[in-house]
Amino acid sequence: MSNEYLNIDYVTMDFPTPDGPYRALNKVDLVIEQGEFISLIGHSGCGKSTVLNIVAGLLQATEGGVVLEGKEVNEPAPDRAVVFQNHSLLPWLTAYQNVELAVKQVFKRTKSRSEMKEWIEHNLHLVHMDHAMHKLPSEISGGMKQRVGIARALAMQPKVLLMDEPFGALDALTRAHMQESLMEIQADLKNTVIMITHDVDEAVLLSDRIVMMTNGPSATIGEILDIELPRPRNRVALSDDPTYNHYRHQVLQFLYERQRNPAEIEEENELADEVDAQASDVVLNLVKSEEAA
Amino acid sequence: MTTEVLRKYKTFSQEDFAEMIKLVLIPFLALLFFLATWSIGASRVETSLGALPGPASVWTQFSVLIDEHNAERTKEAAFYERQEKRNAKKLAKNPDAKVKIRSYTGKPTFFDQIMTSLYTVFTGFILGSLIAIPLGIISGLSNTMYRAINPIVQVMKPVSPLAWLPIVTMVVSAVYVSSDPMFSKSFVTSAITVTLCCMWPTLINTAVGVSSIDKDLLNVSQVLRLNFMTKVWKIVLPSAMPMIFTGLRLSLGIGWMVLIAAEMLAQNPGLGKFVWDEFQNGSSNSLSRIMVAVLVIGFIGFVLDRGMLLLQKKVSWDKSAVLR
Repeated sequence: MSNEYLNIDYVTMDFPTPDGPYRALNKVDLVIEQGEFISLIGHSGCGKSTVLNIVAGLLQATEGGVVLEGKEVNEPAPDRAVVFQNHSLLPWLTAYQNVELAVKQVFKRTKSRSEMKEWIEHNLHLVHMDHAMHKLPSEISGGMKQRVGIARALAMQPKVLLMDEPFGALDALTRAHMQESLMEIQADLKNTVIMITHDVDEAVLLSDRIVMMTNGPSATIGEILDIELPRPRNRVALSDDPTYNHYRHQVLQFLYERQRNPAEIEEENELADEVDAQASDVVLNLVKSEEAA
Repeated sequence: MTTEVLRKYKTFSQEDFAEMIKLVLIPFLALLFFLATWSIGASRVETSLGALPGPASVWTQFSVLIDEHNAERTKEAAFYERQEKRNAKKLAKNPDAKVKIRSYTGKPTFFDQIMTSLYTVFTGFILGSLIAIPLGIISGLSNTMYRAINPIVQVMKPVSPLAWLPIVTMVVSAVYVSSDPMFSKSFVTSAITVTLCCMWPTLINTAVGVSSIDKDLLNVSQVLRLNFMTKVWKIVLPSAMPMIFTGLRLSLGIGWMVLIAAEMLAQNPGLGKFVWDEFQNGSSNSLSRIMVAVLVIGFIGFVLDRGMLLLQKKVSWDKSAVLR
């Protein structure tokens, strides 16, 4: 593998529970090239976040490991910046100060004070937040908070950008807007990105590859879909594009036919049980009435 | 424009008036009722020092205490003036004469005693907070530390100041030995007793506040690899600030209660000693004077709590939070 940049090497994750270890992930194996945009998609509870946290170093794999540029990573560091789902900005710091905290930490030896200021402003500009730089998170909207979260992650100049459902908490219009921004930034900076998402359209629109995960326990990679759509991609044009719809269809098929939502299956089983019970009641009554006769 | 003003005026005269009745009239009526009950009830209780004083005699004694304070200040000023004159005369006669400057040694007035009490309670409170906040942060961050400290805290917390006092007195007498002490022993004993009793709420609340920090914020700190001090300063402290302040307010309230008891027994010249001395004195005015002290103690306690609330509002980053 010549282009190996990030290698998630047969990662297995067991969580201890009172009833013995619970295997959340089983031999997740994925090689990512530099500059690739990867989406992780799967039903809730399939361990997507666990994969991301292991790459971030926030969790340690039980077996296997993560290798970045030939070095194993097993603790968190700014070279694997995380954009959290609920933005995780420090509420007592302004947008600027939130980014500053990261920049000061990463570039304290390499950048001068004025260079840092410039770099912070540059990154906030990148996510179109220059107008509200000095506002507190409580004074800006959800989408803007997430922008600042992305600016903070980008400002660390990470080798890998990890995003945990970054737009999951946003309304559809804001989400679309954020996706456009992200594509723009991505075209510019060519970061290596791993993004968790629930949204099939988002995955197809943004990714180079979509990694589809099977349901837990013992979740693993079910299928990998290469998205060979030319960039820049346009949401409206693509919505009528047969290739785009084909990819979309494949993901949907994986999610809703081969890997159905475990909660749904459970519900159906319960329903079936109920029907069975009712049916046996009916039979029982019939038998009884016959006996009486 | 004029109609708008009129409308505003109108709304004031109706709704705000109702609001004003709620805010002012009801507490005022309740106060009147309280004073009346006190006045009637107290006159029926006959003690060895005469009838229990009602609001009127308490008010009289309050003005007497103010007069006594002013009289003492006048005497003091006069004393220094005489001393200055005497010294000036001496120097005029003989420029080389040694001049002695003595400080006034009159007995402390009620208001001097209030100041002593405040000084003592804040010494104890600040000392307690300086111990409790760092300890709380550490035990909030580390489960091991929490498990280690928690049983000790739970046992120490309910101990009455009166139980601590003999021990503290003995330890202070043994350890705090100096020919020219900066603080009197009674002061040190009282302050340390306050510390011992008032540090627990701050410690517990800080620990709870710190341990309930949003997990994501701690993840941010991990990803950024913040060192321990930066993490505490930038993430832990601001995040736990509301809980720390809740603890501090409880602590100051307890400290103020404890102080009065401590001063009575340690004979620190504050409000506690005032109450004790009046009790021992047993004149016909004593009970009224003690009641003045009781009301003043209550009022100062209230002001201290409001002060902490103001401070909390000032340092709180979340200006929209409702604090009460």
